Amino acid sequence: MAHTLAQKLLQRHTDEAITGPGQIVQCRVDVVLANDITAPLAIDAFKAMGAKRVFDREKIVLVMDHFVPQKDLASANQVLVSRAFAEEQAIPRYYEGGISGVEHALLPEAGLVGPGDLVVGADSHTCTYGGVGAFATGMGSTDIGAAMALGETWLKVPGSIRVQVEGTLPKWLRAKDIMLLLIGRLGVDGARYQALEFAGDAVDRLPVEGRLTIANMAIEAGAKVGLFPVDRLTQEYCASHDRPGVEGLRGDDDAEYVQTVRLDVTDQEPVVACPHIPSNVKPVSEVGTLPVQQVIIGSCTNGRISDMRDAAEILAGRKVDRKVRCIVLPATPAVWKQCLREGLMETFTDAGCIVGPCTCGPCLGGHMGILGDGERAVATTNRNFKGRMGSLASEIYLASPVVAAASAVAGRVAAPADLGL
Amino acid sequence: MTYKGKARTVGDHIDTDAIIPAHLLVSSDPAVLGPKCMSGLDPDWAAKGEPGDVLVAGRNFGCGSSREHAPIAILGAGIRVVIAHSFARIFYRNAFNTGLLLIEAGDDAATISDGDVLEIVPDQGVVRNLTKGTSFTYPPLPPHMAAILGAGGLVPYVRERLAAAGGAS
Repeated sequence: MAHTLAQKLLQRHTDEAITGPGQIVQCRVDVVLANDITAPLAIDAFKAMGAKRVFDREKIVLVMDHFVPQKDLASANQVLVSRAFAEEQAIPRYYEGGISGVEHALLPEAGLVGPGDLVVGADSHTCTYGGVGAFATGMGSTDIGAAMALGETWLKVPGSIRVQVEGTLPKWLRAKDIMLLLIGRLGVDGARYQALEFAGDAVDRLPVEGRLTIANMAIEAGAKVGLFPVDRLTQEYCASHDRPGVEGLRGDDDAEYVQTVRLDVTDQEPVVACPHIPSNVKPVSEVGTLPVQQVIIGSCTNGRISDMRDAAEILAGRKVDRKVRCIVLPATPAVWKQCLREGLMETFTDAGCIVGPCTCGPCLGGHMGILGDGERAVATTNRNFKGRMGSLASEIYLASPVVAAASAVAGRVAAPADLGL
Repeated sequence: MTYKGKARTVGDHIDTDAIIPAHLLVSSDPAVLGPKCMSGLDPDWAAKGEPGDVLVAGRNFGCGSSREHAPIAILGAGIRVVIAHSFARIFYRNAFNTGLLLIEAGDDAATISDGDVLEIVPDQGVVRNLTKGTSFTYPPLPPHMAAILGAGGLVPYVRERLAAAGGAS
């Protein structure tokens, strides 16, 4: 029987025979993840369950990344809960301080997640790891507490939407644009409870970092997972990120898909998701003249080295508009160091950017770049909900790093073409 | 068990930042989060309601982050039941795990107006609109979830499993 990639991945983790969408199966998990906001509740649940030891201390990952560096007393005290638990349970993969970074950039980079894995995380963007062919999905803290105790979770087998991405990417079109175009097409609940499975010649050529960007925002279409095939590019990525010897894996062409969505990228121009919903997607050229006060380049969506290079390519030899604060947050220490090696930090600094630490910070209105009343941001993050980055009277435009950097220079929502590029 | 309360309606795609803004996620106490429930929508939203109100929403309620603080904030505001056209999947699991009753009502949700008095009988899977004199039914939980609920929720369910496996591992 032909299977979707989602079904193949789940079948590897359950003894029950997968028959089709809607079936609920008990699955073994390979990695259980939580962060500084969600771990304390998961730890409470774990203790309330009467659990004494985690099912496998090697398979628990705790990343302090949202309100760090600890932004105030409450968030500092919140981190103490995770730190104490990691010590008590002797969990080796506890990340805090200078070794920590944005979780969904950190885990694939360190080879802690990889093809074929089943990953559950108390963070909705856990779906990022579908970019390397892992069945990875976000859950709440109580589910994560249960997974820490049992090493298992229940999952409903999702139907799969096949997303066929064809064509040649124009010079300034990025993975982020592809995903925003798709979310614009599907709507924010168009893939609710379902898997997105990416295929097509544009996907075959898309580097793994771009795939991680796309999979990251599967949740913004309501999806449970966003899955990419495990191909030569994945194998090369994994080989250089501590996961050698990975086998290829893809969904069967003759499997039953709920629907197929085709997207031709050849003639597309860069887009933004306008306030206050990620599906409100328009070409940059159609939004008009919109002054911008803040630009954020970073996050689990676009904080990787290819994103930093993209931003630097636009910012090199140019200046950030005086009315804009352009904040660059490389997602992990390794990305930070690579920026330094390649001279990107000098480019950012010369352009007048603020370069900050590896944190989720402003994406969720935590710190390191909050919007005031009436302010507008262009951000490479993943959500533009009302008030997400600060004031309820502020606006967020989601975009790729090239559009964000161009907007910082232009002082308004702008594409590279607006700078003559 | 029967729930009776006044409907408070909200729109489509109410996200978790609307339900409980992220800067408040330094507590998970329902008494702290409850008064801030829906403050991303209206800073005074919680103060305008009463314990026992029934939240009635459109499509995709609870979309966005995995924060369990969202159902906790709703419970903290004294709301025990949410009726919506549909729910985002992580929120659905979180509500189930925290004891907030969700009713996925499809188009029936839109028949409810703000202020309508509702009576919900989970054992019968029925919602009665006492103001309008109408009612609708909703499907039971899948068996796997019903078993977890039957054990008292996920926490007691896991506790039983750990005990059956020879004490906490």
